[in-house]
Amino acid sequence: MGLTGIQIYKLLPQTNCKECGEPTCLAFAMKLAAGKADISLCPYVSEDAKAKLSEATAPPIREFTIGTGTNAVKVGGETVMFRHEKTFFNPTPVAVMIKDTESDDVVASKLERIKSICFERVGKKLCVDMVALKNESGDKAKFMTLLEKASAIDKPMIIMTDNLETLKESAEKYKDKRPILYAATSANADEVAKIASATGLPVVAKGNGLDEVSSVTAKLASAGIKDIAIDSSAKNIKDAVKDNVFARRASIKQKIKEVGYPTFVVVNEITQDPMLEAVIAAGLISQYAGIVVISDPDPAKILPITVSRMNVFTDPQRPMVVEQGIYPINNPDENSPVIITVNFALTYFIVSAEIEASRVPCWLMIMDTEGLSVLTAWSAGKFVADAMAAYVKKTDITQKVKHRKIIIPGYVAQLSGEFQEELGEGWEVQIGPREAADLPKFLKMWKL
Amino acid sequence: MAFKEPVEKYNNSITEVSISDLKVGGQSVLTGIYSFDGPVPNPPKIAMEVLDVKPEEWPQTLVDAVGDVYDDPVKWALKCQNEFKADMICLSLVSTDPNGMNRSAEEAAKTAKAVLDAINIPLIVYGSLNSEKDGEVMKAVGEACHGKVILLGPADDENYRTVGGASLGYQHKVAAASPIDVNLAKQLNILLGNLGVPLESIVIDPTTGGLGYGIEYTFSVMQRIRLAALAQGDDKLKSPFINMIGKEAWKAREAKISESEEPSFGNLATRGILWEAITAINLLIAGSDIMVLRHPESVKLVRSFMNEFFK
Ligand code: SF4
Repeated sequence: MGLTGIQIYKLLPQTNCKECGEPTCLAFAMKLAAGKADISLCPYVSEDAKAKLSEATAPPIREFTIGTGTNAVKVGGETVMFRHEKTFFNPTPVAVMIKDTESDDVVASKLERIKSICFERVGKKLCVDMVALKNESGDKAKFMTLLEKASAIDKPMIIMTDNLETLKESAEKYKDKRPILYAATSANADEVAKIASATGLPVVAKGNGLDEVSSVTAKLASAGIKDIAIDSSAKNIKDAVKDNVFARRASIKQKIKEVGYPTFVVVNEITQDPMLEAVIAAGLISQYAGIVVISDPDPAKILPITVSRMNVFTDPQRPMVVEQGIYPINNPDENSPVIITVNFALTYFIVSAEIEASRVPCWLMIMDTEGLSVLTAWSAGKFVADAMAAYVKKTDITQKVKHRKIIIPGYVAQLSGEFQEELGEGWEVQIGPREAADLPKFLKMWKL
Repeated sequence: MAFKEPVEKYNNSITEVSISDLKVGGQSVLTGIYSFDGPVPNPPKIAMEVLDVKPEEWPQTLVDAVGDVYDDPVKWALKCQNEFKADMICLSLVSTDPNGMNRSAEEAAKTAKAVLDAINIPLIVYGSLNSEKDGEVMKAVGEACHGKVILLGPADDENYRTVGGASLGYQHKVAAASPIDVNLAKQLNILLGNLGVPLESIVIDPTTGGLGYGIEYTFSVMQRIRLAALAQGDDKLKSPFINMIGKEAWKAREAKISESEEPSFGNLATRGILWEAITAINLLIAGSDIMVLRHPESVKLVRSFMNEFFK
């Protein structure tokens, strides 16, 4: 729970020395409470006060990083039950499991796919984020060989073994890559805590249900371990959804610390059906899962799972935008129609999909309207005749096409006259359909 | 310390709407799968969509799955009922679109009646989404199907008088469609109410965005409507939800484009089916009560997911 300005003030030196840039300690405290300043600006605050402050401002679900470098993933850190309340912050990483009992060929091909599957959407990359390595054989040497191979693709690793010695050895060997250790249980929590604190690595606390999980996290926490994910070992869809919902409610609404961690779900232990596995993974991502593990690095599954994740984790306050520019669709040439619309990502997706489906080659001009949709951009004065004409003139569209015809969305038909005037002699503004769904028909009938 | 399960049950409940002998709504929990929070008297239903004409420009994945019945709505509906185990049939009268084939309301009503007579599961009849024509079509459909209770739609702010009138006049239920907006959904329910259509006859069609194409807007609007209904007790928003999922999901480029055109996307059939199934799961989580789907495999997947909550 956040502290009030007065509560924070009591933790400050109260000397009003002004070094933080504020006239008084109280003013600084108020800024801190509003999240508009950082405690590090006060050079005189005690370590004890700092710890109290950071604990009070920490999100109800622990946030930490797994892996290193550009492929590292951040998990946890969520603060709300519903995305419309604020937003969800850290997109759930998708891990693919490889067992050390799988043949060399399977391992090689899986690793290759885990490494290479990556889609780009609105400037964001959608990939397989992690690799979960399981010591199914129980054999240490086999497992170490698998880790060796997997470490080469440089994705954050989940080290899954029941054998404490194997866990210790692999943790020490790969600690610089910051893998997460799986798992601490009621039976071994003390020993696993030792390995985690010696290596500084995050760890998964596993138990049967959230009750047992809570006792494991309590043990880990008392041993000083902070970076924890929780696995309630759900074996069916209902329990998996229930545990994720309950853990989120308990941590956010009731501030129950024992479950205030990102959840960890091994989806391939819930189902053996590879299609259902993908559906469950996507469902759990929308239902608060912190990390999901699946078995199958199939691009036809990863694409819908990660697009679903992207949608749910989109900040509702900030519309997704695409870059301003001229997008060629279906290989257009100098005689192809030119369409202009806004840079709201959804508009772009829907319009470009319809154009593509029509198979009519087109030039799609996307204008920066700060992510507003056609009608809102028009009423906000951003998608209006003079701004549009200025944009069109700035581009090299007249070098791409011989004609001077431009199609505007049907919803802004009223600005066609003014737009034509602004564009000047020779231009013809044409009114397109209101709904993107009617574009294919419109385009098929379009003649130069 | 023992973990205490933070169950969330509300004092308000979703209005129970009966369509023939099938009921939707009635729960006091956030979504029809939260059976761990409290009883869900009527688990969410899967309707399968049948078009009244042979579909044009359908992806091959779908055409193959439906098989050789897609030019006959009666056979198609029967196949969905008998083979694909749909809970309901949603007949989409796309041929009535004035900008397309422009079939008459009478012809459409005949098709609807033929389908209704052939099947023994409840029927939903949707128009071509041309407000004015849909009003006319629903009036004829309502009359032709009088005697059994079907769900008519969509009623919007332009045609709610005619569609609502058809529901009142012939004792059918009505789907009230608004463009992804809490207040507009409420407003339309109020307008229908003023007309005399009781809340027990209304389901909300919040307008569905497909995966990758605006699903997050639908997702959040549905959650906000549910919270308004259950937590704040807003009577006008207590209606069950219907979502036209198949139609939106199969529009997506990712569900249609072949592997040869986009090799990095992987197998087309897998991708298309998952596109529809994952759209459905997200909306199920957001509170959907009637999910209208197209592909028998995604129907199976959604059913397997859902069944676990009612064992
Ligand atoms: S720097 Fe610290 S002690 Fe000085 S005024 Fe600011 S808050 Fe007070």
